[in-house]
Amino acid sequence: MSVLRFSGYIIKNLFQKPATSMYPLKKQKCFDRTRGHISIDIDACVFCGMCSRKCPSGAIGVDRQVKQWDIERLKCIQCSCCVEVCPKKCLSMKNAYTAPSVGSVKDVFHARVPDNQPNS
Amino acid sequence: MSKRTIVPFGPQHPVLPEPIHLDLVLEDEKVVEAIPSIGFVHRGLEKLVEKKEFTEYVYVAERICGICSFMHGMGYCQAVENIMGIKIPERAEYLRTLWAELSRIHSHLLWLGLLADAFGFESLFMHCWKLREQILDVFESTTGGRVIFSVCKIGGVRKDIDQDTLKGIVAVIDKMQKELKELTDVFIEDYSVKHRLVGVGVLTKQEAHEVGAVGPMMRASGINQDMRKLGYAAYKYLDFEPVVENDGDCYARTLVRIREIYQSMDLIRQCAAKMPEGEIEEKFKGMPSGERFERLEQPRGEVIYYVKANGTKFLDRVRVRTPTFTNVPALLKILQGCDLADVPMMVLTIDPCISCTER
Repeated sequence: MSVLRFSGYIIKNLFQKPATSMYPLKKQKCFDRTRGHISIDIDACVFCGMCSRKCPSGAIGVDRQVKQWDIERLKCIQCSCCVEVCPKKCLSMKNAYTAPSVGSVKDVFHARVPDNQPNS
Repeated sequence: MSKRTIVPFGPQHPVLPEPIHLDLVLEDEKVVEAIPSIGFVHRGLEKLVEKKEFTEYVYVAERICGICSFMHGMGYCQAVENIMGIKIPERAEYLRTLWAELSRIHSHLLWLGLLADAFGFESLFMHCWKLREQILDVFESTTGGRVIFSVCKIGGVRKDIDQDTLKGIVAVIDKMQKELKELTDVFIEDYSVKHRLVGVGVLTKQEAHEVGAVGPMMRASGINQDMRKLGYAAYKYLDFEPVVENDGDCYARTLVRIREIYQSMDLIRQCAAKMPEGEIEEKFKGMPSGERFERLEQPRGEVIYYVKANGTKFLDRVRVRTPTFTNVPALLKILQGCDLADVPMMVLTIDPCISCTER
């Protein structure tokens, strides 16, 4: 009976949990390779500005004078181009997405001011 | 002759996923002429090539379309590689083919869902998209992105797939094939589905040739032509025959796409079995100089990439001739003389991708 072809699904769906999850309240399932967001190990960064120059969407800003690295989260297209070109390999792609937002989000990182003791 | 009326169709319409506008000239319920207009989502991506370095433009090319994104990136990369004389490693060719064929499955399943939605069979639509989700998961686990992969680069690919994951992909495909069979049987045999598709919007072989239809639209009209037979990427190592139907109606176009899903599954198995070990990218130096036409088979048909380089890191010109653009004249041809109620069906059977067309 071709008419009843989908009836199995109807019964299954009656007793199944919803297929969707309550994101962002519930943590979302990610794969290891999921391109979620860019993260930086700011202590290793030398502020060469290579990531900023190569970024296709111009989301990254680097200021050598004040040792600042910033990224506009909504501008970033998660292509991981910056991760590839970084000479110090201090940039990495993490698999969780940044939190949803309604406006522009700019994450700013500053290099830690070095202590006075040279060996610390 | 009865009085003529003009009914605007689109750019916003329940069956249209993307904006295209048609002025339908009607005599009673029959369409006598359709006048198209596009240009609602033009983004100027071709012009961007003057601002982005040729290695970075891959990311832009991928964003021309959200469904066949991988093949846009691949077409651009192939064109630049051919200009520069780069021979990419065989493994990279196989990986590109694998992702391209997975993209074809995902695109055709999406289309089948939209078609089901257009003729009002909503549960079928949801089943199609539920199946498609498995392919999207494969994409996310192998490339990191669900629709925009960013794995293609000039000289090869950026990510490798290990042997276990490859086996996993084949297992997903095998499992999916059984579920897909249930689904496609409904498309092929169901009375109400056939009622909406059989004999609707017939494009004869001669007409298809004259208006220059491409892809499944052309193959459903009996023309045996598939750009994959040109032997780009790893297609030269794989064994397949283009899917051809002869009726030229909406039903034939659906059949072509359904059979192409099975064909793609077979190609993926062949890829997984034949994939050699080795490097995935070829390092290169220098800047491209020269010009090149590159032809590829996308899910919607033949796409042409034209790249002109001048020896600097910025290219002179990139032109993309997308399949939907070529299929619009074919759409206008089949719209002549059809019922107003069948218009959504015909617009959908060319598998319109308007954002591709307008770039």
